[in-house]
Amino acid sequence: MTGERILTRNFHRADAHTLAAYRETGGYTAWEKAQTMEPTAITEEVKKSNLRGLGGAGFPTGMKWSFIPKNHAGPVYLVINADEAEPGTFKDRYLLEREPHAVIEGMLIAARAIRSSVGFVYIRGEYVEPWRRFSAAVREASEAGYLGGGFDVVVHRGAGAYICGEETGLISSLEGRKGWPKLKPPFPAIKGAFGAPTIVNNVETICHLPHIINRGAGWFASLGTKTQGGTRMYSVSGRVKRPGVYEASVALTLRQLIYDLAGGVTGNGRLKAVVPGGSSAAILRADEIDVTLDVDGLKNAGTMAGSAGVIVMDETVSIPEALMVVARFYAHESCGQCTPCRECTGWIYKITERIVEGRGRKEDLDTVLDVARRGVGTTICAFYDGAVGPYISYIEKFRDEFEALVTK
Amino acid sequence: MSLTTPVAFTPEQLAEVRRLQALYPDRRAALLPVLHMAQDAFGYISLEVEEYVAGLFDLTPAHVHEVVTFYTMFFQRPKGRHVVAVCHNLSCHLAGAPRILAHLKERLGLEVGQTTDDGRVTLLSVECLCACEHAPMMQVDDRYQFDLTPARVDRILEELR
Ligand SMILES: Cc1cc2nc3c(=O)[nH]c(=O)nc-3n(C[C@H](O)[C@H](O)[C@H](O)COP(=O)(O)O)c2cc1C
Ligand code: SF4
Ligand code: FES
Repeated sequence: MTGERILTRNFHRADAHTLAAYRETGGYTAWEKAQTMEPTAITEEVKKSNLRGLGGAGFPTGMKWSFIPKNHAGPVYLVINADEAEPGTFKDRYLLEREPHAVIEGMLIAARAIRSSVGFVYIRGEYVEPWRRFSAAVREASEAGYLGGGFDVVVHRGAGAYICGEETGLISSLEGRKGWPKLKPPFPAIKGAFGAPTIVNNVETICHLPHIINRGAGWFASLGTKTQGGTRMYSVSGRVKRPGVYEASVALTLRQLIYDLAGGVTGNGRLKAVVPGGSSAAILRADEIDVTLDVDGLKNAGTMAGSAGVIVMDETVSIPEALMVVARFYAHESCGQCTPCRECTGWIYKITERIVEGRGRKEDLDTVLDVARRGVGTTICAFYDGAVGPYISYIEKFRDEFEALVTK
Repeated sequence: MSLTTPVAFTPEQLAEVRRLQALYPDRRAALLPVLHMAQDAFGYISLEVEEYVAGLFDLTPAHVHEVVTFYTMFFQRPKGRHVVAVCHNLSCHLAGAPRILAHLKERLGLEVGQTTDDGRVTLLSVECLCACEHAPMMQVDDRYQFDLTPARVDRILEELR
């Protein structure tokens, strides 16, 4: 049912992060092969594999690479997004700590495809241990000659700001500024870090590349659905018996993930709701979990695959309280640049807090829905539209629970 | 740490600043790494430190101030020798983070954002640290502490000198 594990196959090994262990399991052979391939052939292979970005937006990876201007004379940068801060998501932490050489090998392959000679890995500041582990792997790879001969890796640490996971916010932060997102276009592939064409890819996305090169696009595509290839790593937390990271096909269903892999629901054992793609994803009710976890499957279900951070709630969980916690997060993390985002996230947090504390008014629910909807599509980055996913879905799907609080 | 010593990196630290600056196409990109260094060296990022770092980059102090205030990991006031940051996001909340935070407040006699009188511990509550599989959890200085219970919190606190 869950098939072969690819990214996580060595996670049981205590020495998985070392070069020796990585080589023993076929590490860096894909890089050898990629060096015999034309850069455009690498991009074509990735396009055919149906690999889609696993950082949140689900954009086809090969297509993104092909936006780098042809025959560009100046530098091109590869930036790896290891800022992981989407509530409910913890997969990149495992990859940085347990498979750092897979990240490096993936970077070598991507860099050849886009003709980049420097890659920056932006790791969230709180990830001190992953940063040490990854930096050690970079040193090993340099000493072994994988790096330094045409491609270098610079490891960069953030300093605590969720918005630095958004690609243009990340670039601003990398450049030594506050992490304010920028209006697109121009997209980073045209004008990104330091004004040069830049590809931003998530850690997990990049880790798939060695396997695609070694085993072929057809193999990778066949693991998933028609529009998305491969497996991915699901971060499962909340009210389940076995929280943790699970790797499985993107064609797995949410029900299979919760019951077969994560051991089912804790607490009273009755499922109430699930957030399938990190806290920005719209919530699903217990009767809506027979959906596949690929990008299009969840989009059709009115939510999103996002970062595959799955948060499970049983019937003991108060949905208004959960929304208050989520609303506090968005109010705190808005970068403050766009008025609708800055103001609405603050208002909605205050209103949800008031409702939870039993001081809610009848009109509060419609006020939240109205305020939330008005801001959609009016902001510089997708942060606000992400915040609106929970605001609207929690209230629409669990309105009774909110109403019970405001009529008190 | 008090700021009785003048704000200045040692020659070795200055060499590290130059090494970091040379890693990037534009040396200003080393600002965050250098601010991390400065915080480790001087305890927190005072206005004086901001000015000093600005000088190392030929930036205005205003630019450095804007950066320092944007990120939660930079302290603008003295912090304790240890920083205890409890995650209060959704998965931790569902697993009892409010109870863990209340326990810490009581044991330390602090509100969130405060530091013990002896300068030992600063207490914070923070957004998701992305270790939700081990909820409730917190970060103590460089280390993540998982699967917290009040008893486990007590043991961790005892080890902080
Ligand atoms: C508010 C916000 C936060 C984001 N946080 C992350 C993050 O922590 N990690 C990540 O890889 N992508 C994050 N993204 C998505 C990135 O902007 C970008 O799409 C991604 O890094 C591209 O890599 P991929 O194509 O390999 O997924 C975020 C997007 C938004 C709008
Ligand atoms: S939408 Fe929000 S987070 Fe994004 S740029 Fe605007 S204010 Fe900042
Ligand atoms: S919710 Fe606490 S670590 Fe994610």
